[in-house]
Amino acid sequence: MLRGAGRFADDFSVRGQVWARVVRSPVAHGRVRRVDTSEARSCPGVVCAVTAADLPAGLAIPVRLAVQDIDLSSFLQPVLAAEVVRYVGEPLAVVLAEDPYTAEDAAELVDLDIDELPPVLDALAAARPGAPQLFGAGNVAADFTLGFGDVNAAFDRAATVVEAEIEIGRHTAVPLEPRALLADVDPAAGTLSIYGMTKVPVFNRDVLAGLLGMPEDLIHVHAVDAGGGFGVRGEFYPEDFLVPWLATRLRRPVKWTEDRAEHLVAVNHSRQQRHRIAVAFDPAGKITGLRDDIVHDNGAYCRTHGIAVPELTVTMLPGPYRVPAYRGRIQVVLTNKTPCGTYRAPGRFEGTMAREQLLDVAAGRLGLDRTELRRRNLLGPGEMPHTRAMTALGTEVVLDAADYPALLTAAEAEASRLGYQDEVARGRAEGRLRGLGLALFLEKSGLGPQETADVIVGGTGTISVFSGGTSFGQGIETAMAQIAADALGVSPEVVRVVNGDTARMPFGMGSWASRSTVVAGNAVHAAALAVRDRARQVAARMLEVAEDDLNVHGGVVSVAGDPLASVTLAEVARATAPTSRYIRPGEQAGLSARRRFDVSHMTYPYGVHIAVVEVDPGTGRVQVLRYLVAYEVGRAVNPTMVEGQLRGGAAQGIGGALLEELCYDESGQPTATTLMDYRMPTAAEVPRIDLLVCEHAPAPGNPLGVRGAGEGGITAAGAALASAVRDALGGRQDVRALPLTPARVRAMTEAAS
Amino acid sequence: MTDRHAIRLRVNDREHALTVESRRTLADMLRHDLGYTGTHLGCEHGICGACTVLVDGAPARSCLMFGVQADGSEVITVEGLADGEQLSDLQQAFSDHHALQCGFCTPGFLLLAQAYLGELGDAEPSEAEVREVVASNLCRCTGYQGLVDAVRATARARLAAGPSGSPGGDPG
Repeated sequence: MLRGAGRFADDFSVRGQVWARVVRSPVAHGRVRRVDTSEARSCPGVVCAVTAADLPAGLAIPVRLAVQDIDLSSFLQPVLAAEVVRYVGEPLAVVLAEDPYTAEDAAELVDLDIDELPPVLDALAAARPGAPQLFGAGNVAADFTLGFGDVNAAFDRAATVVEAEIEIGRHTAVPLEPRALLADVDPAAGTLSIYGMTKVPVFNRDVLAGLLGMPEDLIHVHAVDAGGGFGVRGEFYPEDFLVPWLATRLRRPVKWTEDRAEHLVAVNHSRQQRHRIAVAFDPAGKITGLRDDIVHDNGAYCRTHGIAVPELTVTMLPGPYRVPAYRGRIQVVLTNKTPCGTYRAPGRFEGTMAREQLLDVAAGRLGLDRTELRRRNLLGPGEMPHTRAMTALGTEVVLDAADYPALLTAAEAEASRLGYQDEVARGRAEGRLRGLGLALFLEKSGLGPQETADVIVGGTGTISVFSGGTSFGQGIETAMAQIAADALGVSPEVVRVVNGDTARMPFGMGSWASRSTVVAGNAVHAAALAVRDRARQVAARMLEVAEDDLNVHGGVVSVAGDPLASVTLAEVARATAPTSRYIRPGEQAGLSARRRFDVSHMTYPYGVHIAVVEVDPGTGRVQVLRYLVAYEVGRAVNPTMVEGQLRGGAAQGIGGALLEELCYDESGQPTATTLMDYRMPTAAEVPRIDLLVCEHAPAPGNPLGVRGAGEGGITAAGAALASAVRDALGGRQDVRALPLTPARVRAMTEAAS
Repeated sequence: MTDRHAIRLRVNDREHALTVESRRTLADMLRHDLGYTGTHLGCEHGICGACTVLVDGAPARSCLMFGVQADGSEVITVEGLADGEQLSDLQQAFSDHHALQCGFCTPGFLLLAQAYLGELGDAEPSEAEVREVVASNLCRCTGYQGLVDAVRATARARLAAGPSGSPGGDPG
């Protein structure tokens, strides 16, 4: 990477490749009368152009994460729009040419005749009767309620009820590498090779095989470097069918690389929700009931995530608190905007914002300190495990071992030690609008149901790990190498990890939901331990000693107390060759093992974010002065990697809380289609991020005791910064919407003064 | 309709002669015509800085330059920073300070920092000054801390080594 030797998808080229360019809808909602490619096809250098009419009929992208038994088949995205377009950026045609510049020119010549229909851009309006309809089945894809306890009774009997209405803006992940795909065909073998499909390669291979009508084992998805994932990259998008399909049709390699303007309208958006949330308290300030009525703006279709983000919003909303009665209702509404999926901490960023801001408001109402109110309501270590009668991603919600109050205490002490409160007081003494914000969160990680890993020792002593996780640059291969190395008693540098290659690991379930260190990590751990045991078994035969007398360390199997009596792992591997005299009849050759790790419940990490901000009353700018993430990770396989995940997540969270928003004008045209308009934080907006990584509560559900670390840096960022801005304005203005853009903050400062 | 030009340039001390269309960007030319795929395209409109290269010693967004504009120039890409197997001091600092995760933005930050460090005065730059330079480019993974630390550490080491002791070389 440091030498420029990385191999990202667009870095792959093969002789004879043609370049694809997607023609996208310029209107938000319309009836397609005609898509005329004749002029485009007549351009020199153009190979072909296809529209929906050229595709097999009725192709739609299936849901990957089906939850709550809700049928979404009426709302799936077609590969190319045939009759109706439902968002700006929806694919209508593909032009292929000998070079990318020609393809882009010719795509401009595709003549689109579309009768515009009135767009529906506001989810609340879309859910009302009489709104223009996106689908025959209506605009509401799902409307469901989850919860437990007698919520109505709790509110009827409450000493105090506090309500809030909170909106979360539309964001997207924006990994720095745009999407790219190369599909190469071998007409003789009938095989298809694909570069650039990452995250869930085995799932995508199987979907593609189904859509193409070809056996899945003839499709090979190769592992390549990826420039960030964060939820959006590697889901099955229309291009993931179109590029391979065109390659098989033309019998030529097809390459496609999107530009950033396309990316911002084509890949999943996320987050946009409106919460009407209320909490009921008894006279002692203890929560007796919590309810939330959520409208989730899902954009134009249900894509691969289906309604997983709405479901996670509802199931994770009670967070780390003792909530005797809870009801969360969510309406998943379709609008004429880019469809939504996950973005790092999906549902939790949103729900944490709504809940934590509500608790700040409630503390003010009850005349209690913000932290004291939380402390009264946190689940204690003696109450764990704690079951909530709901399912999340098909698993029962059982919060595992945890000490939430201890982490809150530790986080507050760390912020004090670092001078956070002093910094606020100093600024206020100078007349500045400074505030301290605090938010607690509950995360989830380690989603099963399984992961499989192979560990193989080669005849020269090389150690290879083939895992079903996938690499986006989060460093998962480093963690896998370390886990294998620890089990085999070698240095991680000698372990080679291949992630996400469908030929090498056909049972992989991919990297998402902060699952890989937990699920793939434990599979690698088990496979490596099995290899170690096998090495001792074979070495015992070679050295003619008992297995129990053997140690495996430093790449050598040696007799305890007699280090001269030893064999290297390479020698043991060679002794497992098929013709070796050390192999018994019926035994497999090779020094290798495949192991599967099954897990039925998720593990729930947790944390606290504390922020210090300064609000400029003139411009409305919010400057983040200090930021602390305190996080319980169970066990950090690689502490540096955990820190990198938390810092990077916090930076993204600062962007989502203060800067980034995907807006639309009244006709449904997106107004953020460049990185000038979609404002991601730079080094000038992100302060040094302080970290307190704790390993006090190992996850009881896996042998390594690990919890995921991919999302805890971002989960409470919106909530903590909203809390800080509210505090900076003297607690007189509740935060009703994220992001806290200068315009919103100015409106708040004016109202506060 | 195509307008083609024969140009010559040096990339990482290697001479190249080629014919390019006038509208071909320097980034596409480096990546697809000359094979320097370490230069990455993140936005193609000059915001993210992943495509930053040095053109005659100065950092340039190669997505905003046409290939023909580099005719007769000396271009340094990320592939030209290491001395064989030996990483430059700056590259080593990126590794030591965990200045990268996915690595996609890394080439742009390396060349941005290389140019900045080449113009360094004799005072150690403050964190604020380095942050301002690092804020020229976008990284979505790291939160920038490692990047800022790596650039500051390299500046410190070069100043300590004196004017002739900069192992990474001075591009200017």
